[in-house]
Amino acid sequence: MVFAKKDDALVAKLGEAIEPALHGRSPWAAARTRFARNKAAMFSLCLLGLITLACIVGPYLLPHAFDSADWEAMSQAPTWKNMHWFGTDESGRDLLVRALIGGRISLMVGLMATIASVSLGIAWGATAGFVGGKVDSVMMRVVDIMYAVPYLLIAILMVTLLGRAFYLVVITITVFSWMDMARVVRGQTLSLRSKEFVEAARAMGVPTHRIIFQHIVPNLLGVVVVYTTITVPGVMITESVLSFLGLGIQEPMTSWGVLIHDGAQVMEVSPWMLLYPGALLSTALYCFNYIGDGLRDALDPNDR
Amino acid sequence: MRSTPMTAKAAPAMSLLQVRNLGVQFSTQDGVVYAVNGLSFNLDRGQTLGIVGESGSGKSQSVLALMGLLARNGKASGEALYKGSNLLDMPADALNTIRGNRMAMIFQDPMTSLNPYLTVERQMTEVLQFHKGQDRASARAASVRMLDAVKIPEAARRVTMYPHEFSGGMRQRVMIAMALLCEPEVLIADEPTTALDVTVQAQILTLLRELQRDFGTAIVLITHDLGVVAGLCDQVMVLYGGRVMEQGSAAHIFANATHPYTLGLLRAIPRMDRDAEHLLAIPGAPPNMARLPKGCPFCERCALADAHCRDVMPVLQEVEGAAATLRACHKGVPVVQAMHSAREGT
Repeated sequence: MVFAKKDDALVAKLGEAIEPALHGRSPWAAARTRFARNKAAMFSLCLLGLITLACIVGPYLLPHAFDSADWEAMSQAPTWKNMHWFGTDESGRDLLVRALIGGRISLMVGLMATIASVSLGIAWGATAGFVGGKVDSVMMRVVDIMYAVPYLLIAILMVTLLGRAFYLVVITITVFSWMDMARVVRGQTLSLRSKEFVEAARAMGVPTHRIIFQHIVPNLLGVVVVYTTITVPGVMITESVLSFLGLGIQEPMTSWGVLIHDGAQVMEVSPWMLLYPGALLSTALYCFNYIGDGLRDALDPNDR
Repeated sequence: MRSTPMTAKAAPAMSLLQVRNLGVQFSTQDGVVYAVNGLSFNLDRGQTLGIVGESGSGKSQSVLALMGLLARNGKASGEALYKGSNLLDMPADALNTIRGNRMAMIFQDPMTSLNPYLTVERQMTEVLQFHKGQDRASARAASVRMLDAVKIPEAARRVTMYPHEFSGGMRQRVMIAMALLCEPEVLIADEPTTALDVTVQAQILTLLRELQRDFGTAIVLITHDLGVVAGLCDQVMVLYGGRVMEQGSAAHIFANATHPYTLGLLRAIPRMDRDAEHLLAIPGAPPNMARLPKGCPFCERCALADAHCRDVMPVLQEVEGAAATLRACHKGVPVVQAMHSAREGT
């Protein structure tokens, strides 16, 4: 060796002495800094956090229950009286509480269906990309076929056969939203597989499974994160569409989609019924999109 | 005639790496492409073999075959004995205990050969943990020592950094350090300095020489820079169109090149002490590997080529009077050298 054994301690000590002040900055840390500098994205993140928090704790703090009627204030326009800040619906149920409860459902559906579809998409795309050859062709043709299936038709079929339920909404949305992720991950995997550092790792004798988890997966994460934030609003819109068509969440439980559906029917007499849930949903969607944009800019290695 | 390896006579004991009649074939849509044919050499401890040739001459594919890194449609033939066991038909598991451990490789482009999302420490310790079963702390200490050995300043601090925080030359040093971590007996360097600027090139080459002196590593150096070969190598192998054109000791070939292609390459080196206005290139372009001529692959660009050259493949054989040198050319040594000196005169 170039260094004698006794130098080990010296080298280590020297390292420790310098360590606290100087440390490598990971691409993730650099991306975090860039993201924090993006005002629109940070604002969206805060706003989304506020909406989520309000949905979680709001219903506990307000005096009304989401499914109990206030007989003295039916179809009440927004007012300070009785704390009906968003007004009430035709049965006298408080719209603010219903909107927050609906937000819980919408965000939960968004989260669950996104996690499910992203996991499925990553597994599918990565397998197709790694294995390649015939397996790849077959798997990607399945994706093509899934794209061609009209999801509303299937959704109506499933609801007719199995009835309306929360889990069905999640499953339906998942089944029809994983293909984009699969395609993106497959493409990324294909290009990573031929990258020099993967070849270098093979030349170092690193076995395949370690190459996948040590070298390929971390490089996929950036794309996956960005794509996930784009998937969430898509999934939430799909939930709204299903609910709007009466295929989603069932009364008296509600979601933003259901509220917008109800509001649209009475928008001439009680416009607030459409306005407030609509504003909440669009705000949340805008936030997700801005966060996605911010992440994409922050994680883009070409910008480094 | 069988191509006799030149070092077999000098060192009758078994060499560290013995390559016999190595071939690489790719099955493509246009049929089978023979990228490398009949490559043979012996490499001993502390020796350096330079493999020289233009782009597409099969330099890289021949060493990728040794490391088991050929593309899916590639196939290696012949044999490559590392301490007596054939690398070419070894299962992946067995090969993985040799790759990176006893034989390591440095790649051409240091900018893309390191994983951007892992610290240098993580990438280096991974190798040691896997091959030597070391724990994290000792692997880390060894990595720092090795980074020091390749002259990275403040190695203990640098090791925690990410590849994008290093310059190109430093990344190549990291790659070299990584390759040397397990103190391999054979180091394959595939154009290690091509992507670097000239001053850094010189540093890296000096580094390789010093490391070879300290560790006794045998090096296979792939390059298209004959200056690098002259500075570093004991043996040279000149490849063209996937075949060996000339092979022998570096000193001998530089002084007495006898193959038209080698002479062409030597002439093409830009030199400060000659005021030529133009770069002296070899006319024509490297051959299409899918459509090689029946005879000598170089015949299309060779000034001396005749019908015989185009139809019959020249055999790699010993040069008369210089037993350690092999060449594959139909033309006699005096004819080739006469042409060369006539050209030099003009």
